[in-house]
Amino acid sequence: MIEMINVKKSFGEHQVLKGISAVFEEGKCNLIIGKSGSGKTVTLKCLVGLFEPDEGSILYDNRDITKMDFDEKKKIRQEFGMLFQGTALFDSLTVEENIRFPLDMFTDMSDAEKKERVNFCLQKVNMSGTNKKYPGELSGGMKKRVGIARAIVNNPKYLFCDEPNSGLDPKTALIIDRLIKELTEEYNMTTVINTHDMNSVMSIGDKVIFLHEGIKYWEGTNKEILEITSGELFDFIFASDFLKELRMRAKF
Amino acid sequence: MLKLFEAVGEYLILMRASFARPEKSKMYWLETMRQCYSIGIGSLPIIAIISLFMGAVTAVQFSYQLRSISLIPMWWMGAIVRKSMILELAPTLSALLLAGKVGSNIASELGTMRISEQIDAYEIMGVNTRSYLIGPKIVAAVFMFPMLVVISVFLGIIGGWLAGVLGNFYSSSEYVRGVQDGMKSYDVFIMFIKSVLFAFIISSISCYKGYTVKGGAVEIGIASTQAVVQSSVVVIVVNFLVAFLLL
Repeated sequence: MIEMINVKKSFGEHQVLKGISAVFEEGKCNLIIGKSGSGKTVTLKCLVGLFEPDEGSILYDNRDITKMDFDEKKKIRQEFGMLFQGTALFDSLTVEENIRFPLDMFTDMSDAEKKERVNFCLQKVNMSGTNKKYPGELSGGMKKRVGIARAIVNNPKYLFCDEPNSGLDPKTALIIDRLIKELTEEYNMTTVINTHDMNSVMSIGDKVIFLHEGIKYWEGTNKEILEITSGELFDFIFASDFLKELRMRAKF
Repeated sequence: MLKLFEAVGEYLILMRASFARPEKSKMYWLETMRQCYSIGIGSLPIIAIISLFMGAVTAVQFSYQLRSISLIPMWWMGAIVRKSMILELAPTLSALLLAGKVGSNIASELGTMRISEQIDAYEIMGVNTRSYLIGPKIVAAVFMFPMLVVISVFLGIIGGWLAGVLGNFYSSSEYVRGVQDGMKSYDVFIMFIKSVLFAFIISSISCYKGYTVKGGAVEIGIASTQAVVQSSVVVIVVNFLVAFLLL
């Protein structure tokens, strides 16, 4: 479980996070949604320790990352897995080398064990047989899958996904969503997903947090979100007039 | 001025962090070897071509000057080429060349990794990116540059021999006599001091410029250019200081 308590973050004069408190539950897909500029990415970067919050605490099973020194942070990060928006695969390494990198760096596994683990992860994301390919040879969806395989190779307790569906067609996006959901449930990870894709919200949003102008505007489940009839969240969900009209027709 | 002090402070902090204790020595060793290959072997062809011609041009130009002064024997040419290559041309011109090739390569590689979130990905895995991405590059440069400079000196002397003998400025035996005459180990010591200092300057400034890039493709280009220009300027200044203080 991850707990954010009154987290504030400013860049110069501009306060991006204005005191966010939230709980991200274990074994669930916790989604952070909101318009561009609402503070989603800053929230995620504060969570993983890439940004230092100005105020507040972030507890990983009661371990406060904001109070950790560099070495302690390095250690807790070995419990993290992260899927980046642009996948952030290492260009100079093959798919296999990308996935086994955390194992090479932090474990004493034998080469055979590492290979087995890499193949297991590749099979989990339906990418078996691509070991020797370079990221440049893969499509966007394939890169995301490899990114997921790399994120889970170290059996992380916490999985973070930044816009996992960006740049993907709706069908591939759905496959990636389902994959994240399955892995979260299978390994009982605390998964935090940053997205503005409403399809993701509806298909995997066990818990949804809506950020608006740096504050937590709404919190609930994907079922509850459909009950919203007005306000900023309503405008976000039903962004186009067409969708609003469909929603109103469905209501009456 | 304040910005300059800030940048120098930031650079020094980054350098200190770049030599932190490795998470896993084997991985750092492998990365250092990869960088040695990239910096050393990758630069060998261009160093070889430039050095051959540097030696040849030195020989031709000095021969042209000395011919009009009949008091100076032509066998001195070997010594002139050797001394010029060891003390100045090989370490300094190779450094300027490598600032362009290796420096821009390092800055753009790290800059691209920063912009494409690859550095963040390493950080989130728990890797100390400063020591893993910067340390091996500096160690590899400091280790490989002197070797490249030695090769450069050797090829420069061969270039001088080829140009002089083929151009009928002096005989092969005259040149060889000159190369062997009055050789001082102190000159070689200065050459190694220069090449180690220049290697550190070029690799560390380029790493700093690349690692701290913010923005996008345009900023990577700017950082790459700044890495080359700034490291070249510092190399020239340090070259003067070494000559002034040690010669």
